[in-house]
Amino acid sequence: MAQTIKSIHNPKVSLNILSEAEVMQIHTATLEVMESVGVKFPSHKALDILEAHGAQVDRQIMVAKIPGHLVEEYLAKAPPTYTLAALDPTLDLPLDGTYSHLGTDGCGVEILDAFSGERRTTTKQDVQDVARVADYLEAIAFHWVPISAQDCPPQSRGLHELEAVWSVSKKHVQTETIVSEREMHAAIEMAAALVGGREALRKRPVLSIMQCTLSPLGQDGGSLEAGLVAAEAGLPVGYMTMASCASSGPVTLAGNLVVGNAEVLGALTLMQMASPGCPVYYAAAQTATDLRTGAYTGGGPEDFLFGAATNVLADFYKVPLSMGAFATGAKEPDWQAAVDNSLSAFMAVATLSDMLLGAGLLHGSRILSYEMLLMDSEIWSILHALYQGITVNDVTLAMDAIREVGPGGSFLAHKHTRHHMRERWQPTLIDRRPYNIWEEKRDGARQWAREKAQQILKDYHPDPLEAGLKKELQKIVKSAE
Amino acid sequence: MTKEIFEKLTNSVIMGEPEITVEATKEALSAGIEPMAIIRQGLMPGMNVVGEKFSSGEYFLPDLIIAADGMQQAMELLEPELRLRQQTLESAGTVVIGTVKGDIHEIGKSLVATMLSANGFKVIDLGVDVPTQKFIDKVKETGADIVGLSALLTTTMTVQREVIQALTVAGLREKVKVIVGGAPVTRGWAKDIGADGFAEDAMGAVAVAKQLMGKA
Repeated sequence: MAQTIKSIHNPKVSLNILSEAEVMQIHTATLEVMESVGVKFPSHKALDILEAHGAQVDRQIMVAKIPGHLVEEYLAKAPPTYTLAALDPTLDLPLDGTYSHLGTDGCGVEILDAFSGERRTTTKQDVQDVARVADYLEAIAFHWVPISAQDCPPQSRGLHELEAVWSVSKKHVQTETIVSEREMHAAIEMAAALVGGREALRKRPVLSIMQCTLSPLGQDGGSLEAGLVAAEAGLPVGYMTMASCASSGPVTLAGNLVVGNAEVLGALTLMQMASPGCPVYYAAAQTATDLRTGAYTGGGPEDFLFGAATNVLADFYKVPLSMGAFATGAKEPDWQAAVDNSLSAFMAVATLSDMLLGAGLLHGSRILSYEMLLMDSEIWSILHALYQGITVNDVTLAMDAIREVGPGGSFLAHKHTRHHMRERWQPTLIDRRPYNIWEEKRDGARQWAREKAQQILKDYHPDPLEAGLKKELQKIVKSAE
Repeated sequence: MTKEIFEKLTNSVIMGEPEITVEATKEALSAGIEPMAIIRQGLMPGMNVVGEKFSSGEYFLPDLIIAADGMQQAMELLEPELRLRQQTLESAGTVVIGTVKGDIHEIGKSLVATMLSANGFKVIDLGVDVPTQKFIDKVKETGADIVGLSALLTTTMTVQREVIQALTVAGLREKVKVIVGGAPVTRGWAKDIGADGFAEDAMGAVAVAKQLMGKA
């Protein structure tokens, strides 16, 4: 069976969230923050690069103040479009501003077992199993390493996770758990082995890298140094801000955007100084801190607004965006999860976020649920249909059919209906059965999603990675331990 | 006059005005009011109201932290005075807290530290990226009752286990309770690594700490 990916292409529905003038206000404020307050880069390597390119560096507190014109100059070197390559080239993902691609969420630490329902610590086997289900689902365009392989040694865990995904899937892989130079070198070696060398990898990056900033206005040293290594190898690198209103960012939404923007632009500017022209992307998953517990929870109207607004910023900087959407704070795949994930995905796609992250995890990206993964795929399928909008032409106006059926007739058996009915959306989890059928069975989306996941886990066995390559990957992982 | 100063202290804590709390504390000291009375009749009644308002849902976490900050600043003025009089405030326990080696996330850890302080614990905050040995040394030096280990990354949470192992090697494990927290940390993980307590948020951490001290 030829695999297909159902990304959203050229959505016909759009929304206005920030005016040009407002974007400019946020941009100006961001540059002022970067120039006068600065951003913390706790890496001498990073500070050396920033200083050599004109930033004002304070080694004592490891803060760099980057003049606005330098930020603009270096960001302009970033390619506005490129392609995330897949091991199977038919599954390549263009980031050209016309697509929204959905990925899994990361990086969870617990999983609800597909068969027993038990909540337990995640293992490497789970990483592989989830990757297999994600490989099956056409809604999922790329893998984010969704859960942590906690039965593997910490110093090589990120590599084990990559090996687990690549052993069963030929879709593009993005990871957020390679946060040291040492592991990054090994990850690059693994990716290069898969595509036939470092130069081939540069042309076909089958791996992209996500790093996190450290809000407010900071970075993590390991993440910076690992990102620099990846950028040099030509792997797309993104930096994600999770600035959280009222704790790691200002309580007001615009201020929170400014803080997050300064972090991401700081990291991307550094990448462009070190490796001019390297593919980079903007990444974000801002939220509002829960005012009662202080927690980063995921979900809520602020998240939805950030999802749309951040994409407008990324467009302004002419770099692709990877947006944390879905990723509900709900504990179960329930009403809250559906509200969060539908609205966050809607807003992020409405502004054409190139990549969306978040399918399959609960409790603010902590717990993987196969049921949620299947439900998120259904939400994606609804959005896919929704964003096709309404086509208006001679055929869709259906004038002939209207004439033929006339007042009081029925369109049910008309040829025009039969001809076009498969264009209508079909649910797999939404319940449209008669009430009495439901009353007899009392089942629904959760149960169907679980059954579907179980069936995929039992029956779907994609072509495994070629034995020689698998061995090669294992060898590299081993040598990094 | 004394009553007015007490009211000013109490209200400044409730309203979240640390500058006024500090100012009123200075006024009270220069008016010759005993430091213990300033705490018990001025500051604590304010903190109690703030606690009640938080519990009832009227106040949010920032209200609580700002009040605790004001209280903390006032205590810094009062502690030397208490020492002069050879008086001590009853402590709920001593806690050494920090974010583990390799992890520089600060906010959650500091929030827990503030809440513990506000609840009468003596807190020694070692900051972030704390070498394992430093936890050991500080526990030894202070005879701490509890050590709190924060980790925000799946890649650094494993260090929590290392610290617990190091405490065992140093022969301190029986003497100190270990509480762990951070975004990826779960009850299962806490149990797995042999921690004594776990909470998902700062208020929960206070409850756990009190429980471990046998005071809840």
